[in-house]
Amino acid sequence: MKRLAIVATLAVLATLPLWVRGTFYVNIASQILLYAIFALGVNVLAGYAGLVSLGHAGLFGVAAYTGAKILTSGYGHVVVDTAALAVTVAAAAVFAMLALRGTGLGFVMITVALGQIVWGVAYRWISLTNGDNGISITGRPRPFGLSLASPHSFYWATFVVFLTAILSMAVFVASPFGASVRGTRDQPRRMNALGYHVWMIRFVAFLFSGWWSGVAGLLYLYYNEFVSPQAVALTASAEALLMVIAGGTGTLLGPIVGAALVVVIKNVASAYIERWNFVLGAVFVIIVIFMPDGLVPGVARLARRVSMVLRSGPRMATTATRDETSR
Amino acid sequence: MSLWLLLAVNSITLGGLLFLLSAGFSLIFGLMRIPNLTHGSFFMLGAYLSTSLIARGLDFWTAAILSGLGVAVFGGIVERLILRRLPGSELAQVLVTLGLSFMVADVCLMVWTGDPIRIDTPSALRGTTSVLGLDFPKYRLAVSLVAVVFAAGLWALLERTRLGAMIRAGVDDPSMARVVGIRVSRLFTIVFCLGAWLAGFAGVIGGPILSVYPGLDAEMLPLALVVVILWGSGSLLGSFVGSFIVGFLYNFGQAMFPELAYVVLFLPMLIVLVVRPRGLFGRQAA
Amino acid sequence: MSALAVRGLEKRFGGLRVTAAVDLAVEAGERRLIIGPNGAGKTTLFNLITGELRPDHGAITLFGADITRVPARRRAHLGIGRTYQIITLFPRDTLSHNVMLSLLALMPLRWSPFVRLDRQTALVAAARAVLTRVGLDHLAERPLTQTSYGERRRVEIAMALAQNPRVLLLDEPFAGLSIEERRDVLALVTGIPRDVTIVMIEHDMDVALDFAERISVLHFGEVVMEGTRTEVVAHPRTREIYLGE
Repeated sequence: MKRLAIVATLAVLATLPLWVRGTFYVNIASQILLYAIFALGVNVLAGYAGLVSLGHAGLFGVAAYTGAKILTSGYGHVVVDTAALAVTVAAAAVFAMLALRGTGLGFVMITVALGQIVWGVAYRWISLTNGDNGISITGRPRPFGLSLASPHSFYWATFVVFLTAILSMAVFVASPFGASVRGTRDQPRRMNALGYHVWMIRFVAFLFSGWWSGVAGLLYLYYNEFVSPQAVALTASAEALLMVIAGGTGTLLGPIVGAALVVVIKNVASAYIERWNFVLGAVFVIIVIFMPDGLVPGVARLARRVSMVLRSGPRMATTATRDETSR
Repeated sequence: MSLWLLLAVNSITLGGLLFLLSAGFSLIFGLMRIPNLTHGSFFMLGAYLSTSLIARGLDFWTAAILSGLGVAVFGGIVERLILRRLPGSELAQVLVTLGLSFMVADVCLMVWTGDPIRIDTPSALRGTTSVLGLDFPKYRLAVSLVAVVFAAGLWALLERTRLGAMIRAGVDDPSMARVVGIRVSRLFTIVFCLGAWLAGFAGVIGGPILSVYPGLDAEMLPLALVVVILWGSGSLLGSFVGSFIVGFLYNFGQAMFPELAYVVLFLPMLIVLVVRPRGLFGRQAA
Repeated sequence: MSALAVRGLEKRFGGLRVTAAVDLAVEAGERRLIIGPNGAGKTTLFNLITGELRPDHGAITLFGADITRVPARRRAHLGIGRTYQIITLFPRDTLSHNVMLSLLALMPLRWSPFVRLDRQTALVAAARAVLTRVGLDHLAERPLTQTSYGERRRVEIAMALAQNPRVLLLDEPFAGLSIEERRDVLALVTGIPRDVTIVMIEHDMDVALDFAERISVLHFGEVVMEGTRTEVVAHPRTREIYLGE
């Protein structure tokens, strides 16, 4: 059942530009995909490693800014992308070595500090980053000579990257290393006693997370053909976390749903509702209180309850959900 | 020479403001273990509220106290209705308070529009005064004085009253405090409201210096975070000393290394967090 | 050469001496029971042996090798296994997955991000075998949350046995079990072959006494008495310690 849903969703996404009317919506879809990649990256830590980071926009931004700087210095896209990702992974290593000194709340606060430092550099080190004015780039990459200038072609390129990201996540989750990461989330002390190197597991997970955040950052740069400190602000990290939490941590589908939710609210709803920030915050609050596992598990639970009620009456439903919540 | 002096005075003023802001955060975090990311919003909301009150003819100080009250009430509602549902889940509290800060920011934008609003210095404190042969702006001195007065008041509250003893007990050992019969839930609400009041009041006091504008919350919150994390939560002395140090770091950092202003601010915080996760004064691990 | 030896081990928390100059030596294949009233420092002693706590003074040797400075995560690789007083299993996973995590811990495979864990047939089979040893193979695919407390206690032991430890530390393995469940666990534990040295902590002596060959009595962090089962049980001081508080 689950597999069918995944295949169906992917089919819908793959053919999206064919049946969606208007470049506005195709662009929204591109944004959803690139933020979904970012959210998947954040989810590696928040969902699978149990490490909540509020500084990941820093890594996202390092990739975007490094890409922009090297591109405007005249290098080709291959060099730019490789260099940007290498720098981002190095930055992730630094982030990890510092943040892993703390646990729980300490980890969060250190990531906030790190994200703010990156933002501070983007905002204030004007000679390097052009400050608030940001850096513009001309032209998107031309993989195999194909132009990505049109919304449709950019969407498909993003979709390919997105597919790669999902695949790598799926492989990671099913792998022994993925199981180790989840183990450190659930019982770090036990894992240590069993013989696992908990710090190293978390460190490598951080690098993996940083890599995909960097990929998303580059996509962001190419989508907008521009990067500014906005992309590195605390609110950007918060939105990424919101995407993960809203969709459901520790699932593959969750971050994607969360990204779609946030991007749609930001872009589409803001055409109808003026105060999208308010809505975003409200959605956040509601989800955290009423569906702490996130939308995907929450909706799944709701769906199960509904089907139970339909099948055998209300009492069945309440006993069932009590069992589930006894985790 | 006078530039450095001016910077120093501004730093002390900023430090005073930060103390009022971070004392509240520190109490809330120290006692309730809630990382209240709505605290910056409390600051901004207080400032905005006062602009409306002043426009209706209230004098500055009354407006300050009443705005603080307004924010305190809001804080109380937040604590009772929302935060109380998430006991012990620090992550959820971070996220909820973050979401709330988005909401408050937008409401302020709706009500008071996006233009920065100036709050006039109260007429009695305009101009400069001469101290030790140097001219200091009266208002900035007043702010520093207010901060010291509040510091003393809070110290007296914590060390000399029953309420303060309960707060300290709760900070040191919440479960024990419950066993001993302290009405922890009521204490939490009181402390949260007190923290919110301080933040709102600080927002008004800071008005003549900083003005009120969208984004003020996002600018003040990180500063308060730095103070609390560097200098420990639940430690009044830590908040006091730390606020002034951060004030100096921020102002002098901006003046001397404008390109690295935030780095100057956050790097020490980072170093301390990494080397001593408890902060330099604090009693509990971050 | 003892299987496990502890010399002059000391640990303080603040001003409190939780472990006070403890000397203990367990011979290979022995069944040692450590008893003592609550707060005597029994679990702390285990935590020091596994490395989860660092001693202030003293030394720990495993088959003659000094492991005092060895980090906790390496000690599992050297042959120390342990169960916990409070069950610390992986709640979101099946019994099979729990045991696989234990087996995986000592294998280089644990670093692989490429292969599928559930397709590692040898590993799955090995986990199944361990669960059979503790009589739970029929529940292998059951999520941990759907098992009883007694079953989880047995999973705890399975986790430790999976790693083929040379020295097995059992921390109150009978806690909270019914009489029948205790009999099952006792049979399980006595069935462990002699190439595994077992040290058990128990607070309640009824079932544990059947198991013990030698007993060490801990009180206020010190070993106040040690001897064979008969010696310790007969000694008046034992009753004093337990009843004369």
